[in-house]
Amino acid sequence: MATPLAKVRGLGAAHRGTETFWRQRMTAVANIPLVIFLILSIVTHIGADYEPVRAYLARPLVALAMLALVISASIHMRIGLKEIIEDYVHGQGAKVAALLLVSFFAIGVGLACTLALVKISLGS
Amino acid sequence: MGNNTTEARRPLSPHFQIYRPMLTMMMSIAHRISGASLAIGFVLLAWWLIAVSSGPDAFTTVNSFFASIIGRLVLFLFSWALIHHMLGGIRHLIWDTGHGLDKTSIEIFAWGTIIGSTALTLLAWVTGYWLRSAA
Repeated sequence: MATPLAKVRGLGAAHRGTETFWRQRMTAVANIPLVIFLILSIVTHIGADYEPVRAYLARPLVALAMLALVISASIHMRIGLKEIIEDYVHGQGAKVAALLLVSFFAIGVGLACTLALVKISLGS
Repeated sequence: MGNNTTEARRPLSPHFQIYRPMLTMMMSIAHRISGASLAIGFVLLAWWLIAVSSGPDAFTTVNSFFASIIGRLVLFLFSWALIHHMLGGIRHLIWDTGHGLDKTSIEIFAWGTIIGSTALTLLAWVTGYWLRSAA
């Protein structure tokens, strides 16, 4: 199980490789409190009117937490979806296409949420 | 590449259909499924945030969906998938430290994820409804 440190130091021919693993864990830890915050935000605002929801999302701490969630979750989602494709899509062309699609999707959704949050915060 | 046939003859590990279904294996699959389905949840979150940023008219459309029975059901399943994936993820973080890899622990983790995710989801919704009726 345990890899001797001397072997790890070299990190093999690519000289890298654990960043994705670490990034997935880091975003996972960050997501724990942020997801609890999201769920509480959802259950306390279902069916609420426009103005209270807008005012809630415009509060600096709420906007900050929401923005952190969006960034952390989109990074986490991109790694996770890529991993699924790498495991199950074997044709070279289909794999590359699916990997591109998943990355564009994760980045796109993350940017869309970010833009919306910025707009809400700036009140425009 | 010449007449290299080594790759074709290489033994394959059996696919998972070969094995008798086990709880821990199902939980591993459930972690992937919940994770992948959260991509849909992310789109819903984007839809909601964009609607709020676009103004009252766009918000009314989105809000009427989320406030409907189907909308609430979708949100309930979304929150369940979130909590399920979160507990499954915490289990993975514990495993990363090298702890809890014995047979008893993995069974406890599996049941803990099932019971815990269901209980916490229900708790979140009951609390949410209670807070809203109190407000």
